[in-house]
Amino acid sequence: MELELRGITKRFGSLVANDAIDLVVAPGQVHALLGENGAGKTTLMNVLYGLLQPDEGEILLDRRRASFHSPKDAITAGIGMVHQHFMLVPVFTVAENVTLGHEETRPGGLLDRRKARADVRELSRMYGLEVDPDALVENLPVGIQQRVEIVKALVRQANVLILDEPTAVLTPAETRDLFRIIRELKARGTSIIFISHKLKEVKEIADTISVLRRGQVVGQTAPTATEDQLAAMMVGRDVQLVVSKDVAKPGEVVLQVDELTVTDETGRIWVNDLSLDVRAGEILGVAGVQGNGQTELCEALMGLRPVAVGQVTLNSRDITHATPRQRLHAGIGYIPEDRQEDGLIGAFTVAENMVLDVFDRKPYASGIKLDLGAIANNAAERIPEFDVRTTSADNPVGTLSGGNQQKVILARELGHEPQLLIASQPTRGLDVGSIEFVHRRIVAARDAGAAVLIVSAELDEIYALADRIAVMYEGRITGFRPPSVPVEELGKLMAGSATGDTAGVAAGPGAAASAPAGPGASAPGASAPGAAAPGAAAPGAEK
Amino acid sequence: MSEAAESTATPEPPRPLWKKILFAVMEGNVVTVTVLAIFTAMVIGGLLTAFTTATVLTAWGDFFSAPGHAINLAWDTAIGVYIELFEGSIFSPHTVAQFFQQASLATAVHDGYLSAIFTPLSNTFVYATPLILTGLAVALPYQSGLFNIGGESQWIGGAIVATYLGYGVSLPPGLHVIVCVLGGFVGGAVIGGAVGLLKATTGAHEVIVTIMLNYIMADFLAYLLSFHYLMQAPGVNPVSPFIAKDSYLPHLFGPSLYVNAGFLIALACALAVWWLLTRTTTGFEFRAIGKNANAARVAGINVSRNWVLVMLIAGGLAGLAGAVVMQGTDFQLTGSAYGTYGIDAITVALLGRGKPGGVVLAALLFGALYAGAPGMESVTGTPGSIVEVLQALIVLFVAAPPLIRAMYRLRSTRAAGVTQVLSKGWNA
Repeated sequence: MELELRGITKRFGSLVANDAIDLVVAPGQVHALLGENGAGKTTLMNVLYGLLQPDEGEILLDRRRASFHSPKDAITAGIGMVHQHFMLVPVFTVAENVTLGHEETRPGGLLDRRKARADVRELSRMYGLEVDPDALVENLPVGIQQRVEIVKALVRQANVLILDEPTAVLTPAETRDLFRIIRELKARGTSIIFISHKLKEVKEIADTISVLRRGQVVGQTAPTATEDQLAAMMVGRDVQLVVSKDVAKPGEVVLQVDELTVTDETGRIWVNDLSLDVRAGEILGVAGVQGNGQTELCEALMGLRPVAVGQVTLNSRDITHATPRQRLHAGIGYIPEDRQEDGLIGAFTVAENMVLDVFDRKPYASGIKLDLGAIANNAAERIPEFDVRTTSADNPVGTLSGGNQQKVILARELGHEPQLLIASQPTRGLDVGSIEFVHRRIVAARDAGAAVLIVSAELDEIYALADRIAVMYEGRITGFRPPSVPVEELGKLMAGSATGDTAGVAAGPGAAASAPAGPGASAPGASAPGAAAPGAAAPGAEK
Repeated sequence: MSEAAESTATPEPPRPLWKKILFAVMEGNVVTVTVLAIFTAMVIGGLLTAFTTATVLTAWGDFFSAPGHAINLAWDTAIGVYIELFEGSIFSPHTVAQFFQQASLATAVHDGYLSAIFTPLSNTFVYATPLILTGLAVALPYQSGLFNIGGESQWIGGAIVATYLGYGVSLPPGLHVIVCVLGGFVGGAVIGGAVGLLKATTGAHEVIVTIMLNYIMADFLAYLLSFHYLMQAPGVNPVSPFIAKDSYLPHLFGPSLYVNAGFLIALACALAVWWLLTRTTTGFEFRAIGKNANAARVAGINVSRNWVLVMLIAGGLAGLAGAVVMQGTDFQLTGSAYGTYGIDAITVALLGRGKPGGVVLAALLFGALYAGAPGMESVTGTPGSIVEVLQALIVLFVAAPPLIRAMYRLRSTRAAGVTQVLSKGWNA
């Protein structure tokens, strides 16, 4: 089916979210919509899916005008959408979720479960989706849940499938599987609209790329365009994908971790006898497939998770059992992995969030009395300094885009010149412009003399920032390397091989799936009843 | 990029006042919804009284012979109820008339005609006083994400201590009042703090614990009042001795008006809670753990400690309510003195949207309804329990803003959605 959007305009008050957008999606094609957060991608798709009504313009399906007043109309017309946040009932089975909303019944009003199961199995086989119709959705890893969403759309005979930031929640291996499925769908004639702000992925999967900026289509290009070209189109100026930085001048050891072991409530070992140190003025990048204990390492360093064995010292002071507040006071800045859950209070204002972990100190408080003036002044100073885009310092931070939220956290953690900065996945989910900004500020903090510990699952980020690279696998460091290390060697370390004789990068994510089971089962004296549980679900279950 | 920032930062052009008001009404904000909820409840309450009064029902029986009569009578009955409620709780024109009919101003004041004018308002304040305090006891933990159903048990805790100190110890007059009031706070704080402590140390859910403590404290009170060597007064009735005169809360405007210093204590507490929440580091922590406990913990805030602290203060506030009732109006503890304070506290806090100022206004409204009920009942013959029906209806409608919006065709609060887009900007 050919889909055409003509002159779609959508306004919210004085703001034009979509400005006369023209777009043609050919049958059996993957059409990527590339744009930064807030460029209008999601608004456009909500218009197409009937969730919003356009103020101007029309939608044509196979050259016939169509108008959608609700998602139901869109579904009937053959449009399916997989949202960024899945719309699944966790306690239902796959088949029940798929059939939900258009349940078929047998005579007597009984649910036709058998038909639902058969449908799922049939589609699963046809497209190589490998989805078990009887599995409970809550037990499935995120990647499979996404497939359930795709099955839902296919069961309703979708000819055009909209995928909204589908890879944001996936591991690299799951992303590869998703791309295989997309190619399968394409081969069978389904058109796909692939929304993303990740340049690499778009180049890999798309047949045509449309770039959106400030509500307008600013260009259409083939996937042969370079990443730099695409980034420049998205942002409207040249972007440095890799921030330039001078050679590090490491000073004294600031953070020293000795033989650290961290377990969770069930006794499973996540960080296993790990030692590392970070010096003033250097960035140590911890690479590794997610779920290998990086989250737990950061939480233990912040005092959010008890240390089972080992010692942590900051500037030769033992902080192994210090409270989070004591660590913050001692000069640690922390950028947590999940900014909405752990980094910010969405209902609090920008100004309040900018002092979230220093509000009890001068100049923001004297005794128990808050100095609202000082808090407001701090915000007024930091907002321009960190380029936070908000109409007011009194807006709830939850209303800001992801990039701006991260800038609020940066402003807070870097504003007080920490001696040690711990940043976990500092640019996850951010767009190109924001990534550049965050990277530049982190390098600036290093140059100002801070010791920086970066944890990232993105090798690009590790290469861009690290002065030294540590690779983490199953709770241990499999090796320290200089930033000149070839990616193949890092891949082998990430897969658990210190000598470099295992399968390499490709095996990494697969191996990670069983990672938590490994140390738990092998650790002496650790009770590991959960060790047999599906490992791939563990990282999801953590958060 | 800078132009993007400018375009999103453009302030809306200033609008005339009437447009602002209209906008506020149409967007259906919190105040509008609350006012409309109260109005709707009053309309339904009016219909209810009109159709449950015997004379009106008879008139409806003759509807076809005299339709006008039935409608008029129904209208008069409903309006009559509200007029009586108003006159019993705020102000009655007759009292003013009587005041001016006196021979001279001096005799009018002397014979109590002046205080008669303020009697309704005074009664409203007296009824509102414990409601403000218990309402705060629910609203404060609510800000920290805790639901305090235990106003009753904390009230009892406060009342027991205040009463005991009232009759059991002898102190100099001024000091006695203060010691009893503080004792009330401590008595409630112990019960409330226990809830926080259980939650912090064992993870026991505060809703379950507070509900169970309500039973425990009610029975504990009954137990105390059944033995002479505990708190029972001489005699067979399960009541405590009267507290000493010098522990009474002083009246604010002479002996003929019941309003006493307890009202000022309640207002001061509301102000203190507001100050605590918005102007102190403690309040910042309370609100932070209420909105996102994870982020609060990461930011170095000790969540468990704050749970204990917030429940301690909340319990103390409910305990103060017990003290001001004992020292202001009842002077003696009975087995059922706690009445419906615990439940009313929840409705007051809900209606007040969990904000100290809102709690005061909601408590004044409920206090007015309680103050007006007896007069209304005796004059119109409508059962006083209509007041409780009204309260329930108000809270019902407040709890269902979409219903109110649909009834009055208000636009739903999309304003939030718009600001969300506005503040996101384009290029960030």
